[in-house]
Formats: sequence, structure tokens, C-alpha cells
Amino acid sequence: MHIPNGFIDGPVSAGAGVVAVAGIAVGLRGARRELDERTAPLAGLVAAFVFAVQMLNFPVAGGTSGHLLGGTLAAILVGPYTGVLCVAVVLLMQGLFFADGGLTALGLNITIMGIVTVVVGYGLFRLVLGLLPARHSSVPIAAFVGALVSVPAAACVFTVFYAIGGTTDVSIGKVAGAMIGVHVLIGIGEAIITAATVSSVLAVRPDLVHGARGLARPLELRSAGGSR
Amino acid sequence: MTRVRTRTLLIAGALLALVLAGFVSYYASQSPDGLEKVSADKGIDAKEQEHQMKDGPLADYTVKGVHNERLSGGLAGVIGVGATLLVGTGVFRLVRKRSTGTDPAGARTADSGAGDGA
Repeated sequence: MHIPNGFIDGPVSAGAGVVAVAGIAVGLRGARRELDERTAPLAGLVAAFVFAVQMLNFPVAGGTSGHLLGGTLAAILVGPYTGVLCVAVVLLMQGLFFADGGLTALGLNITIMGIVTVVVGYGLFRLVLGLLPARHSSVPIAAFVGALVSVPAAACVFTVFYAIGGTTDVSIGKVAGAMIGVHVLIGIGEAIITAATVSSVLAVRPDLVHGARGLARPLELRSAGGSR
Repeated sequence: MTRVRTRTLLIAGALLALVLAGFVSYYASQSPDGLEKVSADKGIDAKEQEHQMKDGPLADYTVKGVHNERLSGGLAGVIGVGATLLVGTGVFRLVRKRSTGTDPAGARTADSGAGDGA
């Protein structure tokens, strides 16, 4: 969902830049509390992992592909403030070196793919986790839901920016319908990757999963030959 | 209950990211992504401007001058993962250091950081 240069006009792009800078500033403040000696290197790895998985476009309907955005995943693994910073680092690298996501649109991209996905995805993750039994096995379920919704939410916010500052004259209803429709499908991929990755880390080091803190340990030994 | 050491997890995760970006990415879908498709279909991209770095050495996830598609894309992926890991870890170490102030652990992290680059 990397916005190129010229889709959104200068003033709105600049406005999004201010939002992005404010979001990063809040992220830097909050990350101080989230990061400790063990999780600081983990956060760097999460950024690199998100970069890698963003290269893996998967097909969705009708000659269209999608890839992980990663905000929800990063927030669950290393905390929401650090999560915003992880995605921002990825977008900065992509924009500066790989010509992916316009540099004029960097603020838009950080706002949409970094801040919105974390706020919506992680917020919903916490909400769903609160409704489920307080144990580790609830975490991937909540992660799935948060990630699933975070992608169409990002598409909605893109549509809002387009409505305010789009450089072309396409009806907002059409943009919203097409963007949200395809990103619901991409959200399914986001949800699967997020839940699978969170499950994997949870299986080997539950103490390193930020979103699983304070939950009971899983009941692991079940009957033989089962699901996994 | 197969608990692994933090160091093991970090190395395994970094290797996985390198394999995904360096090798698996070749098999990724080449179709336009959601925004690209919608933009082209609806005409949102009529006033698109070129990327400032379109002639850069790594533009579009290829290494300029390397003509083998698989090698070029894979190399770009490996460079991207490596660079993101370095920049990300650097940023988060700095944030961490600022938060601890005179924590003696800060010196230790800085020392071990010197060897991590390679």
C-alpha cells in the first residue's frame, strides 16, 4: 500500500508528515518504557523481519497481490510504541533506497501503514484479548482479529486522505469501495502471517511477546497425535 | 517448553528474514498490489510523479548492474534486511540507552554491538 509521489497533493502530504513526525515522537517516548536489554535487539529484528515479509506479495483475487503491513505484528511482539518505530524504519529504508513509497508521500505512508495499523490493530488485539480467557492460547486469536481489521482500516484512512487531497477526480465512493474491498482480502493474509508469527515466538519464548505479558502459561501437554 | 536462548532466537530470526528476502521473494506474486491495482483501474495514478530514487542502485528491489533477475532481487533483499537490522537495532539501542542514563549495562550493550555488524 505504498503511496507513490503525486497521488495526494502537497499540503495534505505535508499535513500527514506532521502527523507522522508527531507519531514517531510519541513512539520514541513510549518505546523507552517498552525496550529493555533483551527487547531492544528483538525490535531491530522485528523491523528487518517486516522488511523481508513485505517483499513476499501473495496473490489475492483478480490479478492483484498484497503483502504484510506488519504494524499489528510488530506492536504485539515488541509493544505499540516500538511497533510504530519498527514500521517507520522499514518505510524509511524502502523509500530512501528501494524507490518504494514516494519520499514526498513518506509522511502519508508512515501515518497509514505505521500509526493507523498499530492503533487499530493493537487496540483491537487488546480488546479481543480482554474478552478471551486470560491464557497464551488466546493471543494468536486476538492477533488474527487485530491484523485482519488493521489492513482495511489503513485503506479507509488512505481514502480519507484521497478525499481531502487527491490529485485526481475519482468519486470517493468508488475509491472507498475498491480500496476497502481488496484490502479486506489482503487483511486475511496479514492475519494469517501475524497469528502464525506470534504463535511461533510464543511457543519458544512467551516472555518476549509484549502482548502476552501477564497471561497464564499455556496448558501444553494434550492427547497424542493431535492437531500439530 | 522448548525455551530457546534470546541469542539463538535472534540469530534464527535474522537467518529466516535473510532467506525470505534473499530467496523466497523470487517466488512472490508479481501482480500489482491492492493500491497499485485500484489506482490503475480507477485512474488515481494519473498525476503520479517519478520516485526521487528511481535511478538509485537498489531501486525496485534490484541491484543495479546485476542482470540475473534472481540474483539481483535476492541480493537487494539481503541488503535491505541487513540495513534494516542495523538501522533498527541502532535506533532501538539509542532509545534504550537514553532511557537508562547511567546504567552500566549501557556500556556492555555498546561493546557487544560492535561485533554484531558482520
